[in-house]
Order: sequence, then C-alpha cells, then structure tokens
Amino acid sequence: MTELIDNASSSESPIMTETAPPAISAGDGPLKMTTRNVDVFYGEKQAINGVSIDVTMDNVTAFIGPSGCGKSTFLRCLNRMNDTIPIAKVSGEITLEGEDIYAPSMDVVQLRARVGMVFQKPNPFPKSIYDNIAYGPRIHGLASTKDELDNIVETSLQRAGLWGEVSDRLQDSGTALSGGQQQRLCIARAIAVDPEVILMDEPCSALDPIATAKIEELIHELRGKYAIVIVTHNMQQAARVSQRTAFFHLGTLVEYGVTSDIFTNPTQEKTRDYITGRYG
Amino acid sequence: MNSTAAFVEERNPTDWQGDAMQKRIRKRYASERRFKALGLGAIILSASFLAFLLIVMVGNGFRGFTQTELPVEIDFPAMTGGASASQFEGANAVANVRTLGVRDIVNTSVQIQYGEQGTELFSAGSWQTVQSEILDNPDIVTSKATLYLPVESEIDVAYKGDGSASAEEKVAELEGKLSTGFNSNFLFNSDATDPMQVGIWGALKGSLITMFITLLIAFPVGVLSALYLEEYAPKNRFTDLIEVSINNLAAVPSIIFGLLGLAVFLNLFGLPRSAALVGGLTLALMTMPVIVISGRNAVKAVPPSIREAALGIGASQMQVVFHHVLPLALPGILTGTIIGMARALGETAPLLMIGMRAFIATPPGGIVEPATVLPVQIFLWSDEVNRGFVEKTSAAIIVLLLFLLTMNALAIYLRNRFETRW
Repeated sequence: MTELIDNASSSESPIMTETAPPAISAGDGPLKMTTRNVDVFYGEKQAINGVSIDVTMDNVTAFIGPSGCGKSTFLRCLNRMNDTIPIAKVSGEITLEGEDIYAPSMDVVQLRARVGMVFQKPNPFPKSIYDNIAYGPRIHGLASTKDELDNIVETSLQRAGLWGEVSDRLQDSGTALSGGQQQRLCIARAIAVDPEVILMDEPCSALDPIATAKIEELIHELRGKYAIVIVTHNMQQAARVSQRTAFFHLGTLVEYGVTSDIFTNPTQEKTRDYITGRYG
Repeated sequence: MNSTAAFVEERNPTDWQGDAMQKRIRKRYASERRFKALGLGAIILSASFLAFLLIVMVGNGFRGFTQTELPVEIDFPAMTGGASASQFEGANAVANVRTLGVRDIVNTSVQIQYGEQGTELFSAGSWQTVQSEILDNPDIVTSKATLYLPVESEIDVAYKGDGSASAEEKVAELEGKLSTGFNSNFLFNSDATDPMQVGIWGALKGSLITMFITLLIAFPVGVLSALYLEEYAPKNRFTDLIEVSINNLAAVPSIIFGLLGLAVFLNLFGLPRSAALVGGLTLALMTMPVIVISGRNAVKAVPPSIREAALGIGASQMQVVFHHVLPLALPGILTGTIIGMARALGETAPLLMIGMRAFIATPPGGIVEPATVLPVQIFLWSDEVNRGFVEKTSAAIIVLLLFLLTMNALAIYLRNRFETRW
C-alpha cells in the first residue's frame, strides 16, 4: 500500500514532496483542535495524506481547494463523521482540547455534540422548527424544565439570526422555510447543544447570494464564541469570513496561514495558481 | 472522400414543414393514441372483471343472509302447563328453558298445524329459534304466539328459486304461507351440518384471533429485521446471503409454510392441533419476509441527510433509527404490512396442513382452542353436497371481503396519519 501512495505522490504532483508548512505560531488565541499527520484511506485509495493543522478558538478557519481535494473528507474527520463509512480508515492524531478523539475512551456521541456540524445541503428534520432546535438538548438532557428548553430554543434561534423571522411560528414545519432560513435553522440546531467547535461543510453552496450574505454575517457574529471551521469552494467567501486559510490539493495540505497572506502573498506556487484562477 | 467536418457543413437545413416530417409527426401521435387506448382498455377489462365478481358474489351471497320461514302457532300456556314469565329471567333462565322441552313443544305444535309429516318441512334446529325467543322475550310463554320458524334447507333453496322437483312441489303446496326473513343464525352461529343453522361467527372470530397473532409476531420481528439489516449489519457476503434468502422466502408457495408449521409447531413443539396460535405462527412465518422486504425498501428511501443531521448533533445510532428513520419509513412499512396481512387473511393451504380444517361448531374461546378461519370455512362449505351451502359459501365470501376491506381501510388510515410532509 505504501508503494501505491509513493507512486501517487511522485507521479501526480511534484508539489506533494515539498514539506508541509509549519502549524500556526502562538499568539492566535487558545488552541482548540490539533491534527498531526492525518491520513485517510477509502479502501485502497488515499484521500488525505499527512495533514497537520491547528484550529484556534478565536479564528474562523477556512479550507479551500479544488473539487475532490479532500477538504470535506478532512473536515468530517474532525467529528468522526467518517465512522459511518465502513471503508474509511483514519490514522494520525486529532485532538480536541488535548484529548485524542480517536482514542477508544472517547465517546463519539459526546464528541459530535462538542463538535457540531452544518452540512452542504440544509437538512432540517421533518418536524416543527421548535422540535428541530430542541432535539439536541433533549437527547443530551441539557434542559430539565420546559422553560429551560424554551430558553435554549430562543437563544439558539437568536444567535442564528432566525428568531425574528420564526418566533411567531415555532410549530410550523422546519422544511417549510426557505433554503437560507433552513440553513440558519441547521446552524441554530448545532448551536443548541452548546458545542465548542462548529464545522461547516460548504454551508452556502445551495443558497442564493442574499442568503449567503446572511450566513457569512452570522459566521462573523459567532466567531469567538465557537471555534469555526468552514469548507468552501468560493475563494471570495474564504477571504471574507476567515482569518486562517488552508489550501488543499489532491489530499495534501499545500499551504496554511493567515488568510490575508494566503490571498495576497502565497508562498507556494500551487496556491498562487489556484487563487489567481489558473486552475480549480 | 467526405470527412466528418465536410459532412456537417453539407447538412441540409431540417424541413420541419415537409411531407416526410409531417408523416412522422402523425405517426408519433397515432402511436400515442394507440398506447392511451390500450391502457384504457386494460383498465376497463380489469374493472369489468371486478364488477362481474362483485355482482355474482353479492347476488348469490345476499340470499345467504335470508331464510325462508313458515308460521307456527304455539299455545304456550297449554303446552308448558302454565309456565310463568319470571322463570325465564335471571340466573336460572337457561336451565329452566332446557327442562321445558321446547323441541317437543315445537314438534307437537307443528304436527297440529301441518299434519303428521309436518316436522319434515322444518329445519331440524328450528326449535332453537323458539328457545332463544323465549329467553329474549319471556312474556311470550303466557299466551298463544305465532312464530316464524326456518324451513328445511331443500324447501328454502326451492323457494329462493333453485331447488329440486320434489321441493318445488312442497313450495307449491305451501304457497302463501312461506315468507322470507333475515337469517340471524348466519351472523351468530358457527359451522353446522344443516345449512339452515350454519353461521360465520366461529370462522370470523378464528380469523380475528389468527390475524392478531400473525401481526403480533410478524410486524415487530419483520420491522426489527429490516432496521437491523439496513442500519446496523455490515454489508458482506453473509448479509447478501440473508437478503437472497429473505427474497426467496417471500416467493415460497404457502403450502410449504404449512408443512413447516406442521413439522415445527405441532410435531416438535407439541402445540395443539387446529389452534389459532399455530395458524397465526405459521402465517407469521409467511408474512415476515414481505414485511422485511418492504421495510428495507422504506428504510433505504429515508434520505441519508436526515441520518447525518441527527448524527451530527450527537444522536446515537439507536436514536437516529428510532427518532428519525423509523417514523419516516413507517408509511412504507405499513404498506408492506397491509399486503402481507391481506395475503395471510386469504390463505387456506398452510392452515389445512396444521389441522384448521376441522369441523368447528363452537367459536374458539382462546388462542389454543380449536378454530377455523374464513377462507378455510369457505373451502369446507364449497365442498358440501347439500345445495343450501352454495349461497352460504357466497355469503361467507362477502364477509371475508368486508373483513379485508375493513383491515385495509384501517391500515391506510394509519399510514396517512404517520405520513410526514417534507
């Protein structure tokens, strides 16, 4: 198997042989998650090759790169959503607050509560708006009384900027909302379980520009309260919402650094080519 | 030589108004019309089969719900030696009526009015009608009363217009006295040798108990199997084998399940013969694969995004299954269950193998008492020599169809209630 990987890295892209950039230096706020030399295999195929990234509390981290570069796969490693794919194998070290999340002692159900996720396509439950938000707190037992639960629902919707639009129709079906509202509902649903990290997998790719702008604004407001990692196809979006950007190409991390540096003065030729629209 | 590029350049503009094109368009419309006509024809054909079936069944079966009667005047005070109405009320009513000798009273009264051979005109069990009349309405014994009693089966059939020559003669003799009444025996009695006395209640109750047991076992086991296979089991050679086996089981002829039930439930486990319990278990074996297959399809149809959404906020696998997947799959599962249960309700062959074809004259009191079911009862009556059973068979079919319709209506109602709008 190692032979296979060596072949792939040497023949497909010379850039892979270059050394990965060092992790972000100190002074970026407390570290929330760290990954070291993460490899992901789908059966025989290697999807991620030795990725090391630190996610800090105070910054929004964006993963960019062309389709199929492995950025979504890597994102799904951070809350072990890849566990649901039987052929996916993850190696390397990923920690949350210093704890190895792939350690046998880690409870995956609790991990996913601590590391929430928002998906590409808005996927509210076919239940009422209230029940969509209340589901997470209910299964984790976060509220002991009805009032507490009502309070969680309201604050979550407020943080997601949806309260004003739905406060008078909490019993309506969540699927009856517009696409952008549904996505904000999904963000509110993730917030409701009080996570430490929120992973967003191309949250705006199914939305129109106005809805996209609202989500971006929301990400700005949530920054600092939660560590946010966002995967996006849209480089302007990465530039707008993030403070740290990681550029992936063919399963490797090409460059990781301060967003403004990546976009104005990338150190790697591949990154420059991608950002200037030469490919991707 | 024409290169491809040259060919493209030389291509003539399409003549949309040309004759050839117009002809092609006409041809396309014609074939569309033909297809529509064929479809409509198929619908009409199947609808007329259905209408034919219903008309024949209802036409024949309707007569099974009526009986031909003759009036008999009974002088109760003289015959009973002055019995009082209070004797036939309260706790001892049944015992007292038994000691009264109703059969002799009826026979004597009949002989007075219709001569020495008069009793042959009446159904052998017609005295039971009088007995139940006394229990229902004790005041009757204090005076003379005229009761309408069911006639003998041959005469009944002849009066309804389908009898033998000798019976027709008797009908002609009794012209003016014969009348038609509602056959309450048919709804409240069980199997009997005299077609005037048979009823459907025993078989109906047997069917109810059997279906209940079938549902109780097949539904949870089938749904849990489907959920496990779809949501938990790894996809490998072994689970493929299970899938193939289940698909094959659904296609196995039902009589083989009967043999299985005979070998396992009766011979191995020693459960009682002819019991609704064994019938229900056997039919559950037959219904389960249908529920598993439809259940798996319904579970598969639940979008993966819902599972991801629930997993993403930290729901456990079981919470994902029971809070999200099962509720969304339930309408589909219920559809499969309706199909399976409807098939089980109409099943005769496997039940014959486990002895449910016995002559059951009293309705089953529990799951281990001898019972029969509607389709088996229909099968048994259709085999009878006595012509009186023909209309009873049709009437039983109507009851079976009504049972089926009720069951399906209930299931469809439940399905619509659980249906989630997206």
